[in-house]
Amino acid sequence: MNVTVTVNGKAYTRDVEPRTLLVQFLREDLGLTGTHVGCDTSQCGACTVHLNGDAVKSCTVLAVQADGMSVTTIEGMGTPADLHPLQAGFWEKHGLQCGFCTPGMIMSAAELLKHNPDPSEEEIRHHLEGNYCRCTGYHNIVLAVRQAAGALRAAALAEQAADD
Amino acid sequence: MYPANFDYQKASSVAEALAVMAANPDVKVIAGGHSLLPAMKLRLAQPPALLDVWGIEELKGIRREGDWFVVGAMTTHADVLRSELPLFPEVAYEVGDPMVRNRGTIGGSLAHADPSADYPAAALALGAEFVIRGPEGERTVPAGEMFLGMFESAVQPGELLTHVRIPATVQASAYEKFKHPASHYAIVGVAVIRDANGQIRAAYTGAGEKAERLHRLEERLNSGQPVGTGLVESATLLGDRFASPEYRAHLVDVLAERAAARV
Repeated sequence: MNVTVTVNGKAYTRDVEPRTLLVQFLREDLGLTGTHVGCDTSQCGACTVHLNGDAVKSCTVLAVQADGMSVTTIEGMGTPADLHPLQAGFWEKHGLQCGFCTPGMIMSAAELLKHNPDPSEEEIRHHLEGNYCRCTGYHNIVLAVRQAAGALRAAALAEQAADD
Repeated sequence: MYPANFDYQKASSVAEALAVMAANPDVKVIAGGHSLLPAMKLRLAQPPALLDVWGIEELKGIRREGDWFVVGAMTTHADVLRSELPLFPEVAYEVGDPMVRNRGTIGGSLAHADPSADYPAAALALGAEFVIRGPEGERTVPAGEMFLGMFESAVQPGELLTHVRIPATVQASAYEKFKHPASHYAIVGVAVIRDANGQIRAAYTGAGEKAERLHRLEERLNSGQPVGTGLVESATLLGDRFASPEYRAHLVDVLAERAAARV
């Protein structure tokens, strides 16, 4: 079946089998390998992307279900020269060790910060309950999200000041 | 993991979905897919054809009709969580995790009738009703007749659960859950509500082949007695590598005590 999915702002049309998972579509058809497959059973969150703005586990969505929708992956968050505040936060607070869970952590945390610009440590931990880190790095992940939240708030304030 | 292959089509209206099901009895309805797709990847389910009802607008959203809330079957757990429904937001908060709640739907979960799902306990305790449409028209099924067995609801082949009707007014409600740490499914969950007339109604999920009313708890609390123990017979419950029937019976008592203390 032909599906058209807008990924990180660019529309892609591909012929896929109905059983193709969204994560396979992203990784194998589009070559966007930043989204990882960890457990493949809807639990670990490594494959988290945004589908029409909502964080979802792309191992549990069919590419055909995403037809006509927009997807944001970790590749759409920032570039090496211009990191997204969450990517900068993970770098500066050492929020990763092996890095396998990091794309999913960042996409999940990004949804939290969209709805809650100043989350408490407890709120961050609860929101990330569907993202597993096996390097036991949760402590620094929470610090990274807190730092990113502060940076995003500061940026919003600066933007507001510029508008005024 | 790939599921086995299948044919796929989307329906844009309930009428279209019913027509597709009538023409192809083997078609399986997919909503958010967060129960069905994991089962298909493990080849526990191999439907030859999927009918995607996620995009049917008439099945989305929550509206008030007198003393009832009418919830579209394709309303996600995330939308239930942010709603004014009684009890259900607290229960939705216990379903999976934020990503699962963004895709999973109230109708998909209830029609699937997973014995470890959270909503059935809330539906039974609140006295919800299920609006089901099929080739013969529409029928309304009370909660007590919805859950027939393990993964078996009253929704028959060729039918579609379209709406869940939930009483709008209760005096108090509570849901207490002991969840599996990885899957977040209920090993046991207990819902207790005090209805508009002050009467207690309660139900449990996760412990047996299907969610059930907790009649013994209701009788005790409605006659001024304490919660006590022995609310369910362990012989009627499930045992697996996570919890024995005896342990599940104990959890029902403990969680009922906690929930009852909040209503």
